[in-house]
Amino acid sequence: MIDSTEILFYFVAGMILFGAAGVVLSRNIVYAAVGLLFAMLGTAGLFILVFAEFLALVQVLIYGGAVVVLILFAIMLTKVEDFRTLTDNGQQVVACFLSLLVAVTLVMATLTTSIEQTILRGLGIQELGIVLFSDWAVPFEIASLVLLIALIGSVVLVKRGEDRD
Amino acid sequence: MELIHFQLLAAILFSIGLYGVLARRSAVLILMSIELMLNAVNINIIGYASFGNFSNSFSAFGHVLIVFVITIAAAELALAIAILLRLYRNKSTVNVDEINILKG
Repeated sequence: MIDSTEILFYFVAGMILFGAAGVVLSRNIVYAAVGLLFAMLGTAGLFILVFAEFLALVQVLIYGGAVVVLILFAIMLTKVEDFRTLTDNGQQVVACFLSLLVAVTLVMATLTTSIEQTILRGLGIQELGIVLFSDWAVPFEIASLVLLIALIGSVVLVKRGEDRD
Repeated sequence: MELIHFQLLAAILFSIGLYGVLARRSAVLILMSIELMLNAVNINIIGYASFGNFSNSFSAFGHVLIVFVITIAAAELALAIAILLRLYRNKSTVNVDEINILKG
């Protein structure tokens, strides 16, 4: 029996895989960035399907907003003409073989391992907030520190060059 | 929609990302492929957190873990792009085949 969640799952899965294929196969780097956007929005849809609304929200905000825009900026600031010749290197055959090997291994491991399952249970924003700020409060604060350091580090890294020029 | 669907989707997405990392030449494209691989891991975790027969607190840990993965991925990307821009300014290329200054 196929129900509506099933159809929606296959829709977002197709969207994710289509976007991912766009990222790795596209000749034009801007199309690759759009493919990444597709994959990320598809993942947000997947999070909504399992009732993880907060994660879906974060996924759209951080990946759909910040990451794709950051990548588009990186494309813009490094010379675009370069990318015409900068697509694949000469290792496609090896890369294809290795990734197929990994895919087959993972799929075989998935199919031969049985895991005890329950019915779908989501985690609402309220429950997630309570868990995040009680059990995981210290790692959460450390994560914010990591973000701050990364931000300062990237600003310092980029700014040094301007002094020297 | 069961756990196995999530696992298979994650496996395929991870392999696609791996192919991108191995076969692409532009550092920006490699970064995008790394994001795909991180995304595959997130899909796997959400599958286990939603369908696995775990205690409630352990299931919530899956969601928390995804929040951390997204955070660290964003930090990693910001730093990587800063390094990339620096590299582009010094070597005027983002082709990873030409960036071999660490080669002895």
